[in-house]
Amino acid sequence: MSKRIDVKDLNVYYGNFLAVEDVNINIEAKSVTAFIGPSGCGKSTFLRTLNRMHEVLPGARVEGEVLLDGDNLYGPGVDPVTVRSQIGMVFQRPNPFPTMSIRDNVLAGVKLNNKKISKGAADALVEKSLMGANLWNEVKDRLDKPGSGLSGGQQQRLCIARAIAVEPQVILMDEPCSALDPISTLAIEDLINELKDQYTVVIVTHNMQQAARVSDKTAFFNIAGTGKPGKLIEFGNTHTIFSNPTQKATEDYVSGRFG
Amino acid sequence: MTTNSLTTSPGAGRAGDKVFSGAAMAAGCLILAVLFGVALFLVVQSIPALTAQPEQIQGGHGFFAYIGPIVVGTLIAAVIALVIATPVSVGVALFISHYAPRRLASGLGYVVDLLAAIPSVVYGAWGAAFLAKEISPAYDWLANNMGWLPIFQGPASATGKTILTAGIVLSVMVLPIITSLSREIFLQTPKLHEEAALALGATRWEMIRMAVLPFGRPGIVSAIMLGLGRALGETMAVALVLSSGVLTASLIQSGNQTIAAEIALNFPEASGVKVNTLIAAGLVLFVITLGVNMVARWIITKHKEFSGAN
Amino acid sequence: MTATIARKRSALTKGQLPKFAPYIVLAVALVVGAAILALIGFNAFGWGLVSAILFAIGLVGWSGAVEGGRKAKDKLATCLVVGAFLIALLPLVSVVWTVLVNGIPGLITPGFLGTSMNGVTGAFDNKIVEEGTKVVGGVYHALLGTIQITLLATVISVPVGLMTAIYLVEYGNDRPLARAITFFVDVMTGIPSIVAGLFAAAFFFAVVGPGTKTGAVAAVALSVLMIPVVVRSSEEMLKIVPNELREAAYALGVRKWRTILKVVIPTAISGIASGVTLAIARVIGETAPILVTAGFATSINNNVFGGWMASLPTFIYTQILNPTSPSNPGPSDQRAWGAALVLIILVMLLNLGARLIARLFAPKTGR
Repeated sequence: MSKRIDVKDLNVYYGNFLAVEDVNINIEAKSVTAFIGPSGCGKSTFLRTLNRMHEVLPGARVEGEVLLDGDNLYGPGVDPVTVRSQIGMVFQRPNPFPTMSIRDNVLAGVKLNNKKISKGAADALVEKSLMGANLWNEVKDRLDKPGSGLSGGQQQRLCIARAIAVEPQVILMDEPCSALDPISTLAIEDLINELKDQYTVVIVTHNMQQAARVSDKTAFFNIAGTGKPGKLIEFGNTHTIFSNPTQKATEDYVSGRFG
Repeated sequence: MTTNSLTTSPGAGRAGDKVFSGAAMAAGCLILAVLFGVALFLVVQSIPALTAQPEQIQGGHGFFAYIGPIVVGTLIAAVIALVIATPVSVGVALFISHYAPRRLASGLGYVVDLLAAIPSVVYGAWGAAFLAKEISPAYDWLANNMGWLPIFQGPASATGKTILTAGIVLSVMVLPIITSLSREIFLQTPKLHEEAALALGATRWEMIRMAVLPFGRPGIVSAIMLGLGRALGETMAVALVLSSGVLTASLIQSGNQTIAAEIALNFPEASGVKVNTLIAAGLVLFVITLGVNMVARWIITKHKEFSGAN
Repeated sequence: MTATIARKRSALTKGQLPKFAPYIVLAVALVVGAAILALIGFNAFGWGLVSAILFAIGLVGWSGAVEGGRKAKDKLATCLVVGAFLIALLPLVSVVWTVLVNGIPGLITPGFLGTSMNGVTGAFDNKIVEEGTKVVGGVYHALLGTIQITLLATVISVPVGLMTAIYLVEYGNDRPLARAITFFVDVMTGIPSIVAGLFAAAFFFAVVGPGTKTGAVAAVALSVLMIPVVVRSSEEMLKIVPNELREAAYALGVRKWRTILKVVIPTAISGIASGVTLAIARVIGETAPILVTAGFATSINNNVFGGWMASLPTFIYTQILNPTSPSNPGPSDQRAWGAALVLIILVMLLNLGARLIARLFAPKTGR
């Protein structure tokens, strides 16, 4: 239930502006990879290109290849909807659907696509997904209440449950804890540790301790200055990146000298 | 070459997207077509009036001799309405945005919106039955004391059914339009500007003059233009209130006529080339209001680019 | 201690009018105003006007003497702004009062809502005035016509308006077509209602035949007025649906059209419904377009596609302008004001309904 991602010579543009330049990276299946770097270095933009979510923004386009177990996301005839059903995403701010109950939020991926599902199967899927997101015990008595009534941390875990209910191969997380308090953050970090048993997880974070705590590998992105494209500076084992980086810029960043 | 497993689409997907976005675009295009159709049909149906012999047109001197006086009458009524409504509306908008207690403000805004909700025929009936009667003593006074001004030349109409009364009713009808647009603009005034002015020790009025009015000026201008568009095209207030006649300078005698009222009063019984004449009059009204509205919208868009609001 | 505090306070309040100053000025202004009006003939409106002017002069003058020019100017501005608001209230109060006083007798006449004007002639009205009997005839046909015409206009306008709003918000992306539509929808909101009526008339004259006047023609005319209102309000409502919800749906592998139908519209539905209700309230009182498109009828017509049709606004208009009995317009006036009251009640209910819809069906936050 998880696939690897290989990125080859990827450039991301907004119109004519080159936002991210020449990224090559190999992300192993069933691992947690963290993207770190200063604001505006293109790490979130790059993350969005991994499930073609950047196409939602007008004018954004890419050159290069992103291979999901060898299949190019940007190959001819590829439907972005298929891509996104295999590579899920969790966003910066929790965004449960306000018109739906907790249960319907978890089933959103199934129901919105009009797939027929029996009530028993749906119940099982809701329980399994909420269990997988460490939320079941907190919400099992109020599945019919609106999802927006939960706390921020619970909402974010509901969004993760919603993402894993469509059984993706990869889960992308775009600063999933930046809007949460420390206790909720800890709950999400524990969850990420459990998720990697089944899924390939890619997480963008501003918090270097978080990257050090949750990830197996870390990629450091940097930008030479405003108006310049973001670049992948260094990619390696998290331990190596934080203790013995090869690049000067990486060392400066992880030791807190800038950014 | 291996086949790409991602090229398969789930379910009846892509067609739905195409159909739906196509339908949305078609709806948008339909609106453009309707507007184009409005112009086209008005033009086509107007042509017989423009090509007809002068004797066939009401008045016997051709279309332009017919339309000229009522265009002027329309402008007179609209200008009266704006002269009255503009200061009052801006005052009301300021009252709601900067003077009224916070808790009252939204309720007061609703009251002004109610003014806009009252159907025009009710305003017309009110103007004819109540306002005209109550205001005619004032017209007598104006005729006696200010009669040396051509616009107040006597003898005043005994019924009060004059272009000035119609203008006053119109001013009541455009007031909510100008008020609500100005209020919105005033509320968008950057708080920082207001606080900067207050921190300098300005009184509330000085703060409004320094921060609110300069910021809101283009908005007020476009609000007035939109109000003008409404006043030009309003039918019932004039049709019911004004006892119409030939173009006269005095505002307190019966006489004058507006395009919209002329159409409403005559169209139901019209036949033959008279129908075309009235449609041509409608076309003239359409062109005038279109021009006024486009200028107003242009001011709004121009303003948006610079203000940084929104 | 108390002495220093008192002195400090006086340093900040020095040179100001006492708090109760406006009340004193108001009382003086009312008394003097009454005195002046007593000399030239008393009436309530004049008393209010003269007192208000005296109040402004008095307060500003006093303030100028004690507090100086800047404060006086501020007071003057306040007087003018508040005065403007009071002036704006006058017509509202007057209109509502006039309609209530004149309309209630008509409305409470038995059968007013349940009978049409079929067979009611000037002879009846003359007899009613001479013998002082109850006014016969009512607005049933007009009410029915208004409902049919407005309903048909809504059925035309809502799909077109909503789909256009969806195009502008979800697919437009600031393309030239989207910008053209936005611009012309704005222009369309400014079309005079009578021109919309003439368009519908001209269109049907050309397509169906000269003199075609039916409820459907009126509905088309009202749609021209209603569509831009629906587009603008729906557009605003769709715009405030957070992009995060759309992205959440896309990230689950949901197609755009299903996202719009199942996520965006349900989130915005209360605002859209409230906007549509307000649009209905706006067109239900339109008179001019119906006048030139649906003709007049005195009897019930249940077919919007054939025959002339009455409506409440045109009923009011014709009863006032062309009374059923020209020599005795009293009964016609009573019917007209009764109809006006019915119309205002309808419009106010729609406005109230719009507010309730917006409040009741807003997405629950649950917090």
